Amino acid sequence: MASWQWFHRLGSPRWFYEKTGGWLPWLTAVALVLLVLGTVWGLAFSPEDFKQGNSYRIIYIHVPAAFLALAGYYIMAVCGAVGLIWRMKLAFMVMKSAAPIGAGLTFVSLVTGAIWGKPTWGTWWAWDARITSMLILFFLYLGIMALQSAFQNREAADKASAILALVGTVNIPIIYKSVDWWYTLHQPATLKLTSAPTIHASMLYPLLTMVVAFYVFYAVVLLLYTRHEILRRESRTGWVRELIAKEGGL
Amino acid sequence: MHPVRRQRLLLVLFIVVFSSVAIGLMAYALRANINLFYPPSQIVSGEAPVNTRIRAGGCVRPGSVERSKTTLETRFSLTDGVVDFPVVYSGILPDLFAEGEAAVVNGSLNKERVFVATEVLAKHDEEYMPPEVAEAMSQSGGDHDETCGGMAYGS
Repeated sequence: MASWQWFHRLGSPRWFYEKTGGWLPWLTAVALVLLVLGTVWGLAFSPEDFKQGNSYRIIYIHVPAAFLALAGYYIMAVCGAVGLIWRMKLAFMVMKSAAPIGAGLTFVSLVTGAIWGKPTWGTWWAWDARITSMLILFFLYLGIMALQSAFQNREAADKASAILALVGTVNIPIIYKSVDWWYTLHQPATLKLTSAPTIHASMLYPLLTMVVAFYVFYAVVLLLYTRHEILRRESRTGWVRELIAKEGGL
Repeated sequence: MHPVRRQRLLLVLFIVVFSSVAIGLMAYALRANINLFYPPSQIVSGEAPVNTRIRAGGCVRPGSVERSKTTLETRFSLTDGVVDFPVVYSGILPDLFAEGEAAVVNGSLNKERVFVATEVLAKHDEEYMPPEVAEAMSQSGGDHDETCGGMAYGS
């Protein structure tokens, strides 16, 4: 049993709160530097596209937001599973915190895609498999948020939303592979796991910078949401009361 | 692992696997409806219905675009590299519509099996490069405008 002890300690909200407090300023600084670097590089210094001209530059927001919308769903679902199996309070708190961030990122990728689609395809929206499955992802995130606030009982809310999150995981590979499985208006992936990216290096590096920047930014926002959730749920415990007394709040 | 937790783990796996199988089977059963458009092979073989609003897609065959001198009418062929079918469209084409680029047309097939489009969408490919690189590629014999890349529409 000893080998599982580290795992259970990880589940302590107090331990998590105290540890992450020190990480936050560093992560925030890294996220800001990378976001500014990637944005300026992508918008001002990378070359125009030979077909689309400048409108392709929305890729620097669209692709990282879509990446994190998908990755964030797995974070939420894995936390839901850990919460269900080990009854870990912290996992449910992270799961709840991941939902609004994921919904926001999904919304950003849908909106930027529509803004890019109008001049490129000639339409804001098409009911193709990629766009529709992305819309379903948005509704899944909203569904988790709705379930969280629909129950008076915290445990029931956490269990119900964890199950919805787990059922929804099937949508992630569907979104990812939709452009290969079906005929869609959306083009296939430019950044591929198995072969070279079909984007020129001068445009690729700022894009990769933005992807990393979004990952760090996501971590910062997830930590902030989770810390807020910890304080809310643990507000009756001794250590939170002590903390509030020390900070001189309330 | 504690037996109770092992049981919960199995339950979680059960939820994920069975919901995936259920949704996977649904997507498989509806696969024809999930496709946004009919590929050229299905238009030519007669699988696509006539006089019904449908969408079709393919590569705009290089050299097939004819613009009317007096009206907005444009005629072109969509191909998958093996078969092609004619499209006629009256209206403004999107900026990225070009020969050798993929397009999705919305409209219906008439009795002569000509696709009368009411909307033409340009389907962008996944390639991004600066104009100088594209120029260099086309000079060194790269066939960038000849085909729609690795397009496979089941022919």
